[in-house]
Amino acid sequence: MNYREEINAEARKILTRRHFFRDCGVGLGAIALGSLLNDNRVFAATSQPQSTDPLTPKPPHFAPKAKRVIYLFQAGAPSQLDLFDYKPTLAKYDGHPVPAELVKDQRYAFIPRDAALFASTLKFSRHGQCGAELSEVLPHLAEVADNIAIVKSMTTDAFNHAPAQIFMNTGATQFGRPSMGSWVTYGLGSESQSLPGFVVLSSAGGTSGGASNWGCGFLPTVFQGVPFRRSGDPILSLSNPAGITREIQRESLDLLKELNQHHLDEVGDPEIATRINAFEMAYRMQASAPELMDIGKESPATLEMYGAEPGKSSFANNCLLARRLVERGVRFVQLYHEAWDHHSEVIKGVKAQCGQTDKPAAALVKDLKQRGLLDETLVIWGGEFGRTPMVETNEAAGRKMGRDHHPQAFTMWLAGGGVKPGLTLGQTDEFGFHIVEDRVHVHDLHATILHLLGFDHTKLTYKFQGRNFRLTDVEGELVNKLLV
Amino acid sequence: MAGALPWGVRICPSMRGHKFLSSTHPWLIIEMSSNMKLSPVHPCRLAPKLRLARGVSALRGCVALAWAALWLVSGQPIDGAETGASKPATRDNWSFKAPARPELPPVRNRKWVRNAIDRFILARLEEEKLEPSPEADRITLIRRLSLDLTGLPPTLAEVDAFVTDRRPDAYERVVERLLASVHYGEHWGRHWLDAARYADTNGYEKDLPRSIWPYRDWVINAYNADLPFDEFAIEQMAGDLLPNATIEQRVATGFHRNSMVNEEGGVDPEEFRVAAIINRVETTGKAFLGLTINCAQCHNHKYDPISQKEYYQFFAFLNSDDEPLLDVPSQAQLIKRKEILDQIGKIEDELLAKDPELKTRQAAWEDDLRDETVNWHVLEPVNYYGAVGTKFTRLSDESLLATASNPGSSTYTVTVKPQLKDITGFRLEALTDPNLPHNGPGRTAHGNFVLTEFRVDLISPDGQTTNQVPLQNATADFEQPGFPAADAINGKADAKHGWAIDAGPGRINQDRKAVFETKQNVHLAEGSMLLFTLKQAFGTEHTLGRFRLAATSQAEHPIRADPLAAKLRQILDLAVDQRTPQQRRELFSFYRTVDSKCAEANKQIADLMNGWPQADTTLVLASRQEPRETHIFKRGDFRNPLEAVSPDVPAFLPPLPAGEPRNRLTLAKWIVSEKNPLTARVIMNRFWQAYFGRGLVVTAEDFGTQGDKPSHPELLDWLACEFMARGWSMKAMHRLIVESATYRQASKVSPELYAKDQYNRWLARGPRFRVEAETVRDIALSASGLLSAKVGGPSVYPPIPDGVLNLGYGAPMKWETSTGEDRYRRGLYTFWKRTVPYPGLSIFDAPNADTACVRRVMSDTPLQALTTLNDTVFHEAAQALALRAWKEGGKTDRDRAAYAFRLCTSREPDAKELEGVLKLVREKEQYFENRTAAAVQIASPDRQNPPEDVNLHAVAAWTLAARVLLNLDETITKQ
Repeated sequence: MNYREEINAEARKILTRRHFFRDCGVGLGAIALGSLLNDNRVFAATSQPQSTDPLTPKPPHFAPKAKRVIYLFQAGAPSQLDLFDYKPTLAKYDGHPVPAELVKDQRYAFIPRDAALFASTLKFSRHGQCGAELSEVLPHLAEVADNIAIVKSMTTDAFNHAPAQIFMNTGATQFGRPSMGSWVTYGLGSESQSLPGFVVLSSAGGTSGGASNWGCGFLPTVFQGVPFRRSGDPILSLSNPAGITREIQRESLDLLKELNQHHLDEVGDPEIATRINAFEMAYRMQASAPELMDIGKESPATLEMYGAEPGKSSFANNCLLARRLVERGVRFVQLYHEAWDHHSEVIKGVKAQCGQTDKPAAALVKDLKQRGLLDETLVIWGGEFGRTPMVETNEAAGRKMGRDHHPQAFTMWLAGGGVKPGLTLGQTDEFGFHIVEDRVHVHDLHATILHLLGFDHTKLTYKFQGRNFRLTDVEGELVNKLLV
Repeated sequence: MAGALPWGVRICPSMRGHKFLSSTHPWLIIEMSSNMKLSPVHPCRLAPKLRLARGVSALRGCVALAWAALWLVSGQPIDGAETGASKPATRDNWSFKAPARPELPPVRNRKWVRNAIDRFILARLEEEKLEPSPEADRITLIRRLSLDLTGLPPTLAEVDAFVTDRRPDAYERVVERLLASVHYGEHWGRHWLDAARYADTNGYEKDLPRSIWPYRDWVINAYNADLPFDEFAIEQMAGDLLPNATIEQRVATGFHRNSMVNEEGGVDPEEFRVAAIINRVETTGKAFLGLTINCAQCHNHKYDPISQKEYYQFFAFLNSDDEPLLDVPSQAQLIKRKEILDQIGKIEDELLAKDPELKTRQAAWEDDLRDETVNWHVLEPVNYYGAVGTKFTRLSDESLLATASNPGSSTYTVTVKPQLKDITGFRLEALTDPNLPHNGPGRTAHGNFVLTEFRVDLISPDGQTTNQVPLQNATADFEQPGFPAADAINGKADAKHGWAIDAGPGRINQDRKAVFETKQNVHLAEGSMLLFTLKQAFGTEHTLGRFRLAATSQAEHPIRADPLAAKLRQILDLAVDQRTPQQRRELFSFYRTVDSKCAEANKQIADLMNGWPQADTTLVLASRQEPRETHIFKRGDFRNPLEAVSPDVPAFLPPLPAGEPRNRLTLAKWIVSEKNPLTARVIMNRFWQAYFGRGLVVTAEDFGTQGDKPSHPELLDWLACEFMARGWSMKAMHRLIVESATYRQASKVSPELYAKDQYNRWLARGPRFRVEAETVRDIALSASGLLSAKVGGPSVYPPIPDGVLNLGYGAPMKWETSTGEDRYRRGLYTFWKRTVPYPGLSIFDAPNADTACVRRVMSDTPLQALTTLNDTVFHEAAQALALRAWKEGGKTDRDRAAYAFRLCTSREPDAKELEGVLKLVREKEQYFENRTAAAVQIASPDRQNPPEDVNLHAVAAWTLAARVLLNLDETITKQ
């Protein structure tokens, strides 16, 4: 064991105990021991800054199936009816007004209440041994149908993009709560010593929910998602100012370290040591991030499998980067592809977006599998809500043959990390309007994701404003059928 | 009653089987609904659900059950309705009782004590067997004071003056100087702006810019003027309701307008109006009361004695406001406006004086108009729909108000069921409303609209046939040149033509109307409907904000729009001798515009009005005439209203004074009433937190039962009492704190002390922690001499890294990097975009402003290191500091190094530090000697125009040294 590992092991021991007692709230002893530990006599004994590194890897509540997450967030809300949820009945009633009892008490963003039903013009067929039903625009996903679990019975509470994205990420429609990635990094720390624990990549447009999608809410800032830029340095200020070479940077940091160390000796505040470390990690990051981003080192076969091209910014490149990130110990990688808001010409829209995303998303599953990473990597694909079985057509807005927002039912898929492969879960009614079987609410999905990572979602908490907050708020039921 | 429960048993109101979280986990849960009673006589009259808490063993469950049974036979009856509400046990929380001025505790080391604060601190230290640290040296003190009071480091001259000042009150003089500085208001204002969640954009998906910086400036000015905190609170909560409210007092209500606005297409406006009120309740709770009142939105508060009903009673105070945009003309603009009005008055005086016939002509005109009235029947909208997500609020006068999503173009369709049998004409009123930009009536930023097509269809009673009603003879009381009402019925699908109402600067925002005759009398069979289609295809938000439809059956034509506004019509209807002089003038001002003999004067006046200065605007609150009814929302969902409630404060706090109106002003006064146990404590705690890094109550946002208990309860109470006794003067309290011996201690910490008190809870040493985000920037700019001292004004755009803005939704916001001094303004003036917060600040834990923040987290990350090392702003600071050291630092490198070091840390470097810096400079100077290109790159912000008269090789080397010095822990730390 080298020095750092030793310190980390020590910290883990303390953190585990502290975590167990303080954060898992196991009852009687919690308060007494909690206050003892808050006095930090234990920490003081080592007084080494590393021991308080909040990103130090930590074990969860129980043995996890998944150790890391890649979340392909399809922002804007893809049309489940044109991708996954085939509805022959819709074809029968195509062009007829939606039955009044279905839309009773429903709110819509854009369409009038009596809009006509709209059947998908895309062909669906069954794939793999599991016979998963997929639209013709997902030919690549069809190839990995036996590796993924499709959930056709997702439902959410919000029907506008920003609140729904926030809800999908934080479990609340109101702003200010930590995102899933933050919770996971808070709970597990990160394996990477030279990259952030929670990385956000994006292709297509900027997201409706903005920075709050990967914000840390009331958790310490260190758990916040770090958005990588699409061009130039992935991390802000990663490059030195023009003219400053890596050697000069090192020499400058040596002097900085020397002066900071000198001051630490003078005033004794261990915070200074933490700062020294932050600069050292920044220096390491300056080397590791460009290395990470250099996908030119991947084999031509791999590049081809993803459809990735070095130097380009695309969903394909991001999928490949996601694999490279988790290989380097990053805990949570979230890819945003905000391009699915098809209020008009939904068929054309999903064709175009599948053209950009189907192949790389399927490649990611294949690639993780062939590298033996899929078992311990949870891959999630999905948007913030679904789209209506009714058509959106609006001359004034230049919209035709689109679909409006539909929070009642939508589809997501998951793969790896303890998810039952080849499963299709849930059913909607014959119009694809409401869920009739195996309803999975966003809170339930969160509970299940945390479970796969080894957490009891009711116990991964953080005390703020006098309350133990959690990702699942006061809800969330584990979806057992999804588990291996 | 719940307090009497045996340990491990909890009673929860049964609400969808919630599994309540608790830090003290129960073993057994008794779920009761509000109509249940549990009593020793009838233990389970309505069969409350008993269940074991998650993960509790059967054994523990049995124990709990046994206890519960024991308790049941011996205890008091429980009423389910009360279980969640005001539990007596929690009412006893320390913070819910008004602070009483405590006696100063006895201490042994009396010599150390400078003021009352020290007595409390020392008493506790002596109890803990700790010694206070010696006083910090003068350099440390003045740096600490300057950073704490103004957020800026002291200048070297200020340091030298203080170090050599031998007067006994030298320290106090520094304090007074800093409290009198305009920068004091900037720094302390910034603390308050966190709580007020100030930002420059609306939030949510669109996140469009808003103008509310006048509120930010109001906060700065209030601090600088030492506005007593009670007035500071009242003006922000209810400045508009004060008698003869000034513009400034109205600007202050921007506090509540800092909530977010969702302009995403297709939102339900009521949903987000309610979300904004929820946010205001939460903010009021956090900022003033230290209460997590928001936790009672969906159910009774689980820990504090706030019932869900009480939440909505509090909500009701904030639920009855319009949300206008207020003009805030500058002094110069006010003068200019008055000049224009005076000149117009003079021209009109002259007209009246010169032309004796004028009055006769006006009288004849009045007679004509008096006869010309049309009997209009307002049409009640039955169905209404706006294309592209526009949503409407139907107001009590049957007008429709478009809110939330504001698309470029839209088409409104309205169906009505008229009571009339025959229709000969329609009237469309475009109405002003305080909730529209500049009152509207349109939805562009200036309030205009273009009605490109107005169409009416008659729908037969069976709904089967629809026939267009042909229209003719469009008239309007005002038509913008080139945009006559006739264009709205010309049948052409022409987006660029229609009826619009821009009458020039200062004259747009008025009620307007257009009237359309039907070509034939339209006969309506019983049950017929009319479908109105209002097409507004011009684009750039030229849509109607509020409008109302009416019809007439008047047989004789023409039917035309009344040229008079409603107000003028009322004047016209008065006998001449009953009109006030002002009313006479108002009517005349209109009449002259239609009198051809006044043409020249009209032109002069129009020219004058075209020079009407457009003022800056800010967002404010204005109380509605008719209060909104507030309901309890089931589970916090606005779609499930339950019983109506009236405004009131939670019962565990002192009641509102009897006889006062239940409005925001009364609430505001209650918040800062001396009887309120929370406000003064909460504010003093936040002061303490800003100075010492941790509040006396660590959970600054929660003074409820789940919040931390104060480390020094008596001191907190003493400060709160003193604050009120000193007339809520914030400066007085700052003075008191910084003049204490506690504050003046050195922050050096021994391993023994650190082991005993890592977080400095007992204050045996001075505070030491990284400065806040804005100050990190301000220090770098200040040390380098780049910082602009300009106070206030619109937010600015310092350089932002490429690609950051792409993370926002839609086309990236235009960020035109500020030039000149605005490039180097203090951090608090940086334009704050909620969905893409400025990274140079957010990386250093600046809150994102979505919700109120009363305690910033303090992190130390590699991203921060990268920012201060490599970000443009910081590198420019390094370059400027290098140049400054080179030019002003002295003749020798040793002098220069010491100078640069002092500019960063305020102190002289010691020999080792000096040697380290000099070594780097010497080596790098050599290195750059034959690398001029690199030297220019490093040393010069503008490579084309490197600084002249300097040795660039040397300045490049100094830039590297300056960069190291600006990155020192000490540079960005208050110690």
